[in-house]
Amino acid sequence: MAQMTMIQAITNAMRTELKNDPNVLIFGEDVGVNGGVFRATEGLQQEFGEDRVFDTPLAESAIGGLAIGLALEGFRPVPEIQFFGFVYEVMDSLSGQMARMRYRSGGTFKAPITVRSPFGGGVKTPELHADSLEGLLAQQPGLKVVIPSTPYDAKGLLISAIRDNDPVIFLEHMKLYRSFREEVPEEEYTIPLGKAAVKREGKDLTIVTYGAMVHSSLKAADELAKEGISIEVIDLRTISPIDIDTIIESVKKTNRAIVVQEAQKQAGVAANVVAEITERAILDLEAPVLRVTAPDTVFPFSMAEDVWLPNYTDIIEKVKVVLNF
Amino acid sequence: MIDKTIVTKIEEMFKTFQVLNEEGQIVNQEAMPALSDDQLKELMRRMVYTRVLDQRSISLNRQGRLGFYAPTAGQEASQLGSQFALEKEDWILPGYRDVPQLIWHGLPLHKAFLFSRGHYVGNQMPEGVNALPPQIIIAAQIIQATGVALGLKKRGKKAVAITYTGDGGSSQGDFYEGLNFAGAYNAPAIFVVQNNQFAISTPVEKQTAAKTIAQKAIAVGFPGIQVDGMDILAVYAAVKEARDRAINGEGPTLIETITYRYGPHTMAGDDPTRYRTEELTNEWEKKDPIVRFRKFLEGKGLWSKEEEEKVIEQAKEDIKAAIKKTDETPKQKVTDLIDIMYENLPYNLKEQREEYVRKESK
Repeated sequence: MAQMTMIQAITNAMRTELKNDPNVLIFGEDVGVNGGVFRATEGLQQEFGEDRVFDTPLAESAIGGLAIGLALEGFRPVPEIQFFGFVYEVMDSLSGQMARMRYRSGGTFKAPITVRSPFGGGVKTPELHADSLEGLLAQQPGLKVVIPSTPYDAKGLLISAIRDNDPVIFLEHMKLYRSFREEVPEEEYTIPLGKAAVKREGKDLTIVTYGAMVHSSLKAADELAKEGISIEVIDLRTISPIDIDTIIESVKKTNRAIVVQEAQKQAGVAANVVAEITERAILDLEAPVLRVTAPDTVFPFSMAEDVWLPNYTDIIEKVKVVLNF
Repeated sequence: MIDKTIVTKIEEMFKTFQVLNEEGQIVNQEAMPALSDDQLKELMRRMVYTRVLDQRSISLNRQGRLGFYAPTAGQEASQLGSQFALEKEDWILPGYRDVPQLIWHGLPLHKAFLFSRGHYVGNQMPEGVNALPPQIIIAAQIIQATGVALGLKKRGKKAVAITYTGDGGSSQGDFYEGLNFAGAYNAPAIFVVQNNQFAISTPVEKQTAAKTIAQKAIAVGFPGIQVDGMDILAVYAAVKEARDRAINGEGPTLIETITYRYGPHTMAGDDPTRYRTEELTNEWEKKDPIVRFRKFLEGKGLWSKEEEEKVIEQAKEDIKAAIKKTDETPKQKVTDLIDIMYENLPYNLKEQREEYVRKESK
C-alpha cells in the first residue's frame, strides 16, 4: 500500500495496464515526453517507449479517429482529451462512431477504447475547461461513463475501463486530482463498472451523487450528523449505466432521497436517477426526490465559481426540505 | 512579400495523370502498369459487372426491393481500378457510395443488399475481409483510416489502409485532420477523393477555391496526384504506386480521381436535372470508362461482344440469387439489436431484453 493522490493512482493504473497488455496505447496532446498537462502520464513514455505512449497533433477529432482505427488493428487505445470542454470537437468519433462500432458491424468489430479526460470546477480554469458534460455521453447507447471520486476508486475503475471491450469515457475531476491522499494498493485490482459504492451508511435520507459532489455530500452528512440526521451517501462511480440495485435498496431503507450533481439542472444525470427511483420505488418514498445542481447558465466566469457551483450548504438545505416535506 | 503567382504555379504541379485516352489509346506508355492479359480482362469484367449491378440496384430500389442506394455508374474506373491495386490484407474504409470496392474485396453481394435495406447482417464482414461498412458521416472514414494505417505500421504489416470520399468531403475538418495525422505519423494510408464534380447539387467550384483537390496534399506535406478517374489504367497505376510507397515506409498519398456519376446522388428523391445540364452529362458519357477500356481491349484482341454478354448474364444471375438470399435472411428482432450493443449487457439492456423476449414470444 502507498499513499497516493488521485492523479498518482491514475498514472499507476495506466502503468499497470501498459505492463500487462502490449496492446495498450496511450496518446493525446502532450501526454508523451511532457507527461501530460496534469502529470497523469508522467514517466510512462520513458518507461514504455514512444511506440506505446505518444503525442498527437492538436486535433481532438482525429485523436478519436486514430483510436477507432487502432482498435480495428487489435490495439487497446487509451486516448486523452486534454479538457472535456473540448469534447465537442470529437463528439462524432465518440458518440457517432466508437459507441456504435460493435452494433453497426453486427459484432464483427469492437472498440475497446478508454477516453480519459479531466473536467470539473473549483480550480478557476479558463473557459470551457471545467464544464460537466457527462450527461451528453451518458445519453449515447454503446458508451459507458465512469467518474471516480477517490484515488482508490480511480485506479480500480481505470484498470476495469481499460480492460473493458467496449468504449468507456473516464472523466477525472480536476479538483480531486491532488486534493487528498488515500491508501492505494501497489498491486493491480479492479472495481466493476456499473457498480456504485455506499460511502457512508445512514437511515434517514439517501444522497445519490458522483464526482466532486461526493465529498461535498460527505461534508454535508457530517454536519447533519451533528443534528442527529443520518445520511447515506451513494457514490455512483459509473454514471452510465447506473447501479440501480444499490440506489433502490438504499431508498427502500431511508424512504427519502436527493440527487446531487455539479452539472446544471438541465444537464448531468440527476434527472435519470430521479426517474429510475420514481419508477421503481415510489411507494417507498415519503417525499419527492429533489435535486441539487448548478443553475442552468453557461459554466461561470472563474471569479463566479464560488457562488455558482453547488456546495455542501446547498446540500444541507435541500436535505432539510425533503425531511420536512 | 505575397507571391500572387503561387496559385497558378501550384495548379501546374497537379496536371491530370492519364494513361488511356477517350479513344482507348495509350497516351503514356511509360506509366502503363504491368498487368497481364488476364488481369486486363478481369478489370473489364469487373467494370461491366459493376455497371450491371448499378442498373439492377436502381431498378430494385424503384421496386422497393432495395433501400438506401447511391448510384455508381461512371465511377467504375475510379472505384475498381483502385481496389484492384490492393491486396487482401489491406483495409478499406469506404464512404457510402463505395459498396463496389467492398464487394470486390470480399463482401458477399447479398450482404451489400442487406446493407442497402438496413439489416445488421449486411454489415457483418466475413472473417478476413478487412473493411468497414460504408461510412455515412462524411470524412469520419478519413481519420479512422489514419488510425488503421498507424496500426498496420505498429504491427509491422506490409499493408495499407485505403479510404474514399467525394469532392464535397474534402471540405470537412476530418478530411484535413486525417491527412495531417497520417503525414505526421508517416502512416501507410491512401486517401482517394473521387471528384465526381457534384456534392448532391453543389458543384466542386463552390466547395473550394483550390483548382484541384489533389493540391490539398501540400497542406499536409506529402504527395498528391490528380488522376483521370475515367481511366482505369491510370487509377490502378496511381494507387499501385501509392501502395508501394506506403508499404516501403514512405508514407501516405492523396489521389484525386476526376470522375462523374451518371445517376442521381442517391435514390432518395434526388433529381440531378435540377442542378446539372444534359450537355454536361452527355459530355461525360463520352468519357465512359467502360467504352474506352473496351476499345483498348478490342484493339488488343482481348475482348469480344460475346465475352461481355457472358459477364452481363453472370451479373444478372448473381444479383437474382443474392436478392433471393437477402429475402431469406431472418427478420431483425429487438433482442438481436440489444445483443450486439456490448460484450456484457448493462442492467438497462438486460431488463429491456427480458421485456422484448416476452414480446417476441407472443
